[in-house]
Amino acid sequence: MRYLPLSDADRSTMLATIGVASIDDLYADAPTNTLLKAPLDLPRGKSELDVERFFERLAARNTPASRASFFVGAGAYKHHIPASVDHLIQRSEFLTSYTPYQPEISQGTLQYLFEFQTQVALLTGMEVANASMYDGSTATAEAVLMAHRLTKRRKALLSGGLHPHYAEVARTISRLADDETVSMAPDVGATEDLIARIDDTLSCVVVQTPDFFGNLRDLTKIAEACHRHGALLIAVFTEAVSLGLVAPPGAMGADIVVGEGQSIGNALNFGGPYVGLFATRHEHLRQMPGRLAGESVDADGRRSFVLTLSAREQHIRRDKATSNICTNSGLCALAFAIHLTLLGEAGLRRLARVNHANAVLLADMLAGVPNAQVLNKSFFNEFTLRVKGDAGALLEKMAARGVLAGVPVSRLLPGQGLDDLLIVASTEINTDEDRAAFVDALKESL
Amino acid sequence: MLDKTSALGPIEDDRAPATFTGNRGLDQEEPLLFEIGRVDATGVDIDDAAPVGTRLGGLERKAPIGLAGLTEPETMRHYVRLSRKNYSIDAGLYPLGSCTMKHNPRANEKIARLAGFADLHPLQPQSTAQGALEIMQTLADWLTTLVNMPAVALSPKAGAHGELCGMMAIKTAIAAKGEGATRNVVLIPQSAHGTNPATAALLDFSVRVVPAAPDGTLRAETVREHLGPDVAAIMLTNPNTCGLFEREIIEIAEAVHEAGGYFYCDGANFNAIAGVARPGDFGVDAMHINLHKTFSTPHGGGGPGAGPVVFSERLAPYAPVPFVRRVGEKLELVEHAEGTESFGRLTAFHGQMGMFLRALAYMLGFGAEGLAQGSKDAVLSANYIRASLRDLMTQPFGDRPCMHEVLFDDAWLHGTGVSTLDFAKAMIDEGYHPMTIYFPLVAHGAMLIEPTESESKASLDLFIATLRDLAQSAKAGDAPRFTGAPRLAPRRRVDETRAARKPVLRWEEKAAG
Amino acid sequence: MTDCRYSKEHEYVLLDGDVATIGITDYAQTQLGDIVFVDLPPIGRKIDKGKEFAVIESVKAASEVYSPVSGEVVEVNSELGETPALVNDDPLGRGWLVRVHTSDRTEFDSLMDEAAYADFLKTL
Repeated sequence: MRYLPLSDADRSTMLATIGVASIDDLYADAPTNTLLKAPLDLPRGKSELDVERFFERLAARNTPASRASFFVGAGAYKHHIPASVDHLIQRSEFLTSYTPYQPEISQGTLQYLFEFQTQVALLTGMEVANASMYDGSTATAEAVLMAHRLTKRRKALLSGGLHPHYAEVARTISRLADDETVSMAPDVGATEDLIARIDDTLSCVVVQTPDFFGNLRDLTKIAEACHRHGALLIAVFTEAVSLGLVAPPGAMGADIVVGEGQSIGNALNFGGPYVGLFATRHEHLRQMPGRLAGESVDADGRRSFVLTLSAREQHIRRDKATSNICTNSGLCALAFAIHLTLLGEAGLRRLARVNHANAVLLADMLAGVPNAQVLNKSFFNEFTLRVKGDAGALLEKMAARGVLAGVPVSRLLPGQGLDDLLIVASTEINTDEDRAAFVDALKESL
Repeated sequence: MLDKTSALGPIEDDRAPATFTGNRGLDQEEPLLFEIGRVDATGVDIDDAAPVGTRLGGLERKAPIGLAGLTEPETMRHYVRLSRKNYSIDAGLYPLGSCTMKHNPRANEKIARLAGFADLHPLQPQSTAQGALEIMQTLADWLTTLVNMPAVALSPKAGAHGELCGMMAIKTAIAAKGEGATRNVVLIPQSAHGTNPATAALLDFSVRVVPAAPDGTLRAETVREHLGPDVAAIMLTNPNTCGLFEREIIEIAEAVHEAGGYFYCDGANFNAIAGVARPGDFGVDAMHINLHKTFSTPHGGGGPGAGPVVFSERLAPYAPVPFVRRVGEKLELVEHAEGTESFGRLTAFHGQMGMFLRALAYMLGFGAEGLAQGSKDAVLSANYIRASLRDLMTQPFGDRPCMHEVLFDDAWLHGTGVSTLDFAKAMIDEGYHPMTIYFPLVAHGAMLIEPTESESKASLDLFIATLRDLAQSAKAGDAPRFTGAPRLAPRRRVDETRAARKPVLRWEEKAAG
Repeated sequence: MTDCRYSKEHEYVLLDGDVATIGITDYAQTQLGDIVFVDLPPIGRKIDKGKEFAVIESVKAASEVYSPVSGEVVEVNSELGETPALVNDDPLGRGWLVRVHTSDRTEFDSLMDEAAYADFLKTL
């Protein structure tokens, strides 16, 4: 077996050193009737070539973004990733190392996490950020739990513009943690009156911008209302590239900012692994979940980095920990950090402008299509299109014409009378030809 | 005494004189990104945006961000230099107990990057992603067969997330029986991972700690004494965190079930028994499987991992959405809990597809027999280390066969002036990543060594010879070799107290002057 | 002169009139190691004998501090925010944690005096 270095001769020698006759003797503590007598009914091992063939055959049954005119977003976005990103994250020292528990031989990981924390704090307009969470949805749920700890209240108000799956994750964990959530109705046009719903019983209000339907939201007044009532504002984003062009939540008064970092440096991967971003104000640091890299010095006085404030974490606090989280999403955070390093401030701003412009171009072209209407007053690179008939059926027809046109709202919010809505995203990957193909396919399919 | 298998043999501690750059040959210092980057530098050329008006509703960013950029060659150099300050499994034995640092096959990386998977959106029409759903279904089949349990939730993103998933299903099942108000205690052994009590507490359970017997395992009788109508579940790791198989596991499961509770198994140590024994046969109701341990998806410096959870018949109905089901010729994702008994949703999409691909590729490469051989080799290697060090180092529960990891304590260091931490740091100078230290808490000054099945006998022998040399040196009174270590790493000991007292968690521009 | 008493959880109480100054003993700070953060209750909080009222964090551990007497917090040691090391350097002096207004002297009287605490430490 190509992955197992021990030979039968090695095994015999080792057994002799141990002083047992067979490896099975080492399993003496296992109830004997539970040890398998014969191999399980599973296929025999395959060569690397055959394994690759198996996966290539299945890969061929999918239609990847690169083989279509692609406008699918709603929480995950197709962007171009520079080749150097994927090369660097596959270096052995990044790919095959563990959590940096021994700082003297983990400075590479610790320094990039420190840089990542800085990038996230700058991007969100916040004071501190952690070393990443699993993804944007779990980061949102953790932010709600953190707000409960800080305010000693146990009720969260979820905006109707929050990604429905994020809301569902927060509701699921809240229900099972015996906390309360209040969910606003789906808010397609960003017209809900959150402020009227804020009172002294709430620990937090969770608002997404750009929201699920693509609208940009001014959080300033919501933040003020939250603070009047002793509640925290949790701002959520799913498209990190938007922060290159729109005002950061930190500048609008958010207390905790969480989001999905996938769109910088990370492939779509059919939903994971992604990277959750988590930032807050310095005063809330001790209640923040997740790993943190901090600066210190070594015995020679040289600048060094080390995991710090561990006393918040499960391996020390056990049942009093701020979260049960153990690993973060280190390698995805690295991909994010490298891509953002390559972009830099100038590149990110330019990339964001191109994304926005491409979405504006498409929206303008759609203005001339009968039976289709862009609903948004404002948007970044994604908007909601109202079509005649069922958006899901329309999408399948357009897919048959080589256009993956978006996400039907009813896939995430079934049974709410939103069957005629399609969420359409446009990034820098879309060309004039893609846009023309979209409009043609739409006209033919409507 | 160093074995002949070492290429170098012992070297003198002869530190080089100070250098102008601070570099030491290949060990190069690297400034922070923000000290070398510029706001106007970029490594990505992007055409100008089309000249169209904006629709940002007056919410344009006004202030600069302050991000530092680098061109591509500078970026390569920055991150390559950083990478060289890390230890890695590719470079050496990585004996972190409880973490299973095994070889990561590169074919799996190639497969995960096939455009047909990597470039697939989680919400694109399911008709255009049938191959991806087939991967999920095949992985589910392998996992449920390996454990002999009927259902699996693939979506948990890591081991701790899997624990949360399993305990959520248990809480839901208890509520469905109308016992939600009364069953609110979770039994957890002293030796458990910190994630177990943290998970239980997160779900508003209170934790009742169960002590182990002097041999390091749990007695069914002790568990029975802690059971009652208020107990929702036991969370038990098997093999446990001391590297021992819980020999009364079946009786424990029966006792918990008789008392109306559920058996959550922490599957962190599945690598000892995959293909050898099936947790379903022990009476387990839910167990997470760390794909990044047992099935070798790379640890990536601390994630991403993946923690699918397998369920017994009794808990299967409560598993979270989404899950895959076959409808005629097609596969479909069930994405909504409404109308089912599912407890809800754990994450935005379908789980760690990139990890599913790598784990399945690993399983297909091994096959059932190969997986069993891998588990056995891991157990054999751990016992070989135990047998080779037992005359010098002490074991908290006596000298008896262990599973895939061997636990030593620090009794043998008593009076030497060398602590477990010192010993670990001296291993760094010898070119090894230390073992897990100070965990589990039940062993004083714990040293938990997990070699995995990826090491050759020559590699194990050199590791053993190194530990023997260090142990003899400690006992011979050469404390400075340990207390001053490491001397030969990119950094000497880092001041953790300073980091925690005055946390500096991001770069900030120093004020002028 | 103020009177000092000790608890089995290694807290001390210095009583001055009806104001009790509470901190952790030298033994406790040695056991904890380098203290990096002290989480103190707000002024006005009522604390109960035997209940957790503060958390002290070292690099590798976090320990709850249990109140040896009941009362209302009238002052907290704000110096610890900047300089938690005071608990290590001078636990019975500048490293005190809180001052509480206590009305029940019997709780104080039931604690160990210095000699009894010294004997107790020998049993550990």
